[in-house]
Amino acid sequence: MKEIDYLAPSSLGEAYAALQNGKTSAFLAGGTDIIVQLREGRKEVDQLIDVKHIPELVSYAWTDDGGLVIGASVPFAEIYEDDEIVRRLPCVIDCATLVGGIQIQSRACFGGNIGNSGPAADTVPALIALGATLTLGSADGTRDLPLEDFFTGPGQNVLGPGELIITINIPPQPANSGSFFHRFIPRNEMDIAVVNVGARIDLDASGDRIEGARISVGAVAPVPLFVAAAGDALVGETPTEDSFARAADIAAEAATPITDMRGSIAQRVHLTRVLTYRALDRALERAREA
Amino acid sequence: MTTTEKPDYKVIGTRPIRPDGVEKVTGKALYGADIHLPDLVQGAVLRSPHAHARILSIDTSAAEAMPGVLAVVTHSDLPVVADKVLDMGEGASTASDMSKNVLAADKALYRGHAVAGVAATNVHDALTAIEAIKVEYEVLPPVLNVQDAMRDDAPLLDESRHSKTPTGEESENASNVAAHNRFEGGDVEAAYAEADVVVEREFDTKMVHQGYIEPHNGTANWNSDGTLTVWTSTQGAFAVRGALAELLQLPVSRIRVIPMEIGGGFGGKIGVYLEPVAALLSRKCGRPVQLTMDRTDVFQATGPTSGGHMKGKIAVKDGKITAAEVSLAFEAGAFPGSPVMAGAMCMLSPYEVENFKVDAYDVVVNKPKVAAYRAPGAPNASFCVEQLIDELARETGADPLQFRLDNSAHEGTRMITGVAHPRIGQEETVQAAQASDHYQSPIEGPNRGRGVAGGFWFNAGMQSSVVASVNPDGTVNLIEGSTDIGGTRASLAMQLAETLGIEYDSVRPTVVDTDSVGHNDVTGGSRTAYASGQAVYEAGLDIQQQMVARAAQLWECEAEDVEYADGGLRHTSDSEKAMTFAELAGKQMETGGPLQGRGSVVARSPGAAFGVHVVDVEVDPDTGKVDILRYTIAQDVGTAVHPAYVEGQMQGGVVQGIGWALNEEYYYGEDGRMENASFLDYRMPTSLDLPMIDTIIVEVPNPGHPYGVRGVGEVPIVPPLAAIANAVHDATGHRFTELPISPRRVVEELHNLQ
Repeated sequence: MKEIDYLAPSSLGEAYAALQNGKTSAFLAGGTDIIVQLREGRKEVDQLIDVKHIPELVSYAWTDDGGLVIGASVPFAEIYEDDEIVRRLPCVIDCATLVGGIQIQSRACFGGNIGNSGPAADTVPALIALGATLTLGSADGTRDLPLEDFFTGPGQNVLGPGELIITINIPPQPANSGSFFHRFIPRNEMDIAVVNVGARIDLDASGDRIEGARISVGAVAPVPLFVAAAGDALVGETPTEDSFARAADIAAEAATPITDMRGSIAQRVHLTRVLTYRALDRALERAREA
Repeated sequence: MTTTEKPDYKVIGTRPIRPDGVEKVTGKALYGADIHLPDLVQGAVLRSPHAHARILSIDTSAAEAMPGVLAVVTHSDLPVVADKVLDMGEGASTASDMSKNVLAADKALYRGHAVAGVAATNVHDALTAIEAIKVEYEVLPPVLNVQDAMRDDAPLLDESRHSKTPTGEESENASNVAAHNRFEGGDVEAAYAEADVVVEREFDTKMVHQGYIEPHNGTANWNSDGTLTVWTSTQGAFAVRGALAELLQLPVSRIRVIPMEIGGGFGGKIGVYLEPVAALLSRKCGRPVQLTMDRTDVFQATGPTSGGHMKGKIAVKDGKITAAEVSLAFEAGAFPGSPVMAGAMCMLSPYEVENFKVDAYDVVVNKPKVAAYRAPGAPNASFCVEQLIDELARETGADPLQFRLDNSAHEGTRMITGVAHPRIGQEETVQAAQASDHYQSPIEGPNRGRGVAGGFWFNAGMQSSVVASVNPDGTVNLIEGSTDIGGTRASLAMQLAETLGIEYDSVRPTVVDTDSVGHNDVTGGSRTAYASGQAVYEAGLDIQQQMVARAAQLWECEAEDVEYADGGLRHTSDSEKAMTFAELAGKQMETGGPLQGRGSVVARSPGAAFGVHVVDVEVDPDTGKVDILRYTIAQDVGTAVHPAYVEGQMQGGVVQGIGWALNEEYYYGEDGRMENASFLDYRMPTSLDLPMIDTIIVEVPNPGHPYGVRGVGEVPIVPPLAAIANAVHDATGHRFTELPISPRRVVEELHNLQ
């Protein structure tokens, strides 16, 4: 392992300058992915840019209309220890409490999990179900895009060479809406998802009719999937075993997994159906509690 | 549960704090990687990226010229050694195979096989330098399982190796089968013809690793006087010394091995990997050299245990097992020496089986050379036999534990080796499991099932040697040479305290290096509490005798008139004359000088251990995940010296067995690369995957030990594989004959997925 420069910019401007100094870079937030990758020789860079000293990246706040903007480097523990987020966005807590153990959660962050762009990233299906967008920044300015449009392949994304993730933006959730995220792992802890699913259900005021649904599945394709068709198929339906099963079938049809040491193609397609159904069921419970 | 009247022990059976506990929990204990020496340099090992390749050339010149590089070694730096068998205590190998495993010679036989070593002023330079070593490989097709390896047209790992056949001859053609042995007795065909029920199945298991937390390490200092000092994490300092003497062609007297604290071994830290390479590097550069492995190295290049293929056929008549025919083929890894013979000899030993035919094949494949792992060979073989027995009990409508009890071996029953069991606790152990609250409670609810299985392990004896020095204040320093893995400092100190009738706290045990005590075989084979315990007992008797002589001298009487009792000396007829142990300890100078007791044994009567396990599971039919709801283990431990450590051994064996049963496996790509060489993807159970494991200690004393001690540590890993498979069958109606019974395998089976 060769020597690596360490930079700790204290503003976005300094970060953008560091990104343009001609060296290859990786971001260091929690470091729970990048340090392992560097040590194991899976990645090689000239410099690490520590993004835990940039104010915009280490704070979070509710917007006036009820959305939540989370700085890319805010550790998960800070999020799940916030009672208001626990109450208002339980689906965010579902994923924030699942990534790693307590030590990892005290450092790891949404921006890192998204930026690492693993197909099995546990925060992503939850955030896609919630309709999250990202704000990316560079010396040229900022741009916003839906989270599902960020990923281009395993470990690959649309970030330009001088660009970084500033915030994750969760829009205000509809009334009578509920969301749920879960994953399947062979053990009960310390594992990478074989399949993970996030789902949101928006009910009408009566609670009997589905007005909207968003379903996202991870670990079954080169990128986390937003299966719009599965959610669309539920619009106008009543929430029943049959309608959920149909949506789960559509999600399973969208899955194009591989066989590896974490699971087989057949197992992953099957689990996509099982987990989607169960996620819709739990999301419905939350919508009705709301 | 005590099945026999136990003597009124004072120390044995209590649960004192372990002497090494505080240092370990406060992080002060010194492990191999904690060694820092003046001028110490770091090394790195270049490993083969191919599972099977001929090494055409190795060019180290560029690496040697790099800044910071002090030495580079390859196989050509090792002396030529003979085909002499090296018995490492739990598993044997020839010196030439071991030499080729330490640094590959003409062939790389598994991915991760060490090819060259580098020492440099820091580890970064060493890691950079190994990349500069140019190795020219001719890549060959890898052989990755026993069935492929046994085909006539299989690529051969060693073109000069022929099979040893059951008659002792060599096979005509070269083969990947290193040895085929057979045990045969009675007439199986006649028994099958008369049987009520015969069941027959094939089984497959995968290579698995012990998964100890501490990676291997080795630090060597080759002094300019030609002596070699080695600091290492090992189960047997003397085994390391013996192996180094052979591999480096040095007299044992020139080698001093200092055993550091060990972060787990389970059989996997008996062989040598880094130590000889560090020694060669140190000889070349004249400085002490340290080598350490990372987790990937540990998985790819140490000694896991075999996977294999098994066929079994067992018959029953009138509720009695009448015949068993079992064929076992186990992966040895790159060099011969799988534990298939141990598996063959263990799997039927809990039962009376008159007619049998057992074949055992030791098969080389392009995977790391296996090492011992807790009751090596027995868990795999019992996975086969104990599932067939479960099926027989079901088919004949018998309760699975009663069926086992009705067929249990007892004193005098001959094993397939022809050796008769001495007093054993098989029946008592089955009865204890039958009487358990667990077995007496019904299992209810959908997708739930219960399984049971039994297991046997020989336990080992071998050599141990200790010295006990009496301090003037009445305490005793116990000098021993057995690596303390499972609390043996405590269990040996307890046995000495019991023998001398003094307090446990009065005995201070220390594990010393190979220059400082007589020979001690490895901490393995569940032998230490038993065999070193026997040495400790003898040292205690030696002290007693010397104290009696000294008391007679002080009291001016005959030694016959003095007796040692209750931790002191007394005159048999003059009640005025009595001394405590401490009082006499304070009079050493006037009674002949420093008082030392010695104990040296070749222990030959290790009482065998039996265990019976009961497990309840729940299977999620949608995801295939198996949850362990409840687990109870009953085991004959002879005498529980320190019951808390006995229970810990029982629970630890079960935990490793659960991992082996449900998720652990070496997952190989077609190119022979282990794709899950990390704790993330190797999937040992975490605390959240386990229930409390209830233990039932059965005590049928071993007649071959003064306190009745039997080995405890290994047998608890034998039954879990089959017990869990039997439970999953009970829950789902599907019999899983291939390990691991992972969610993937279960869901694919239950939903018929392709």
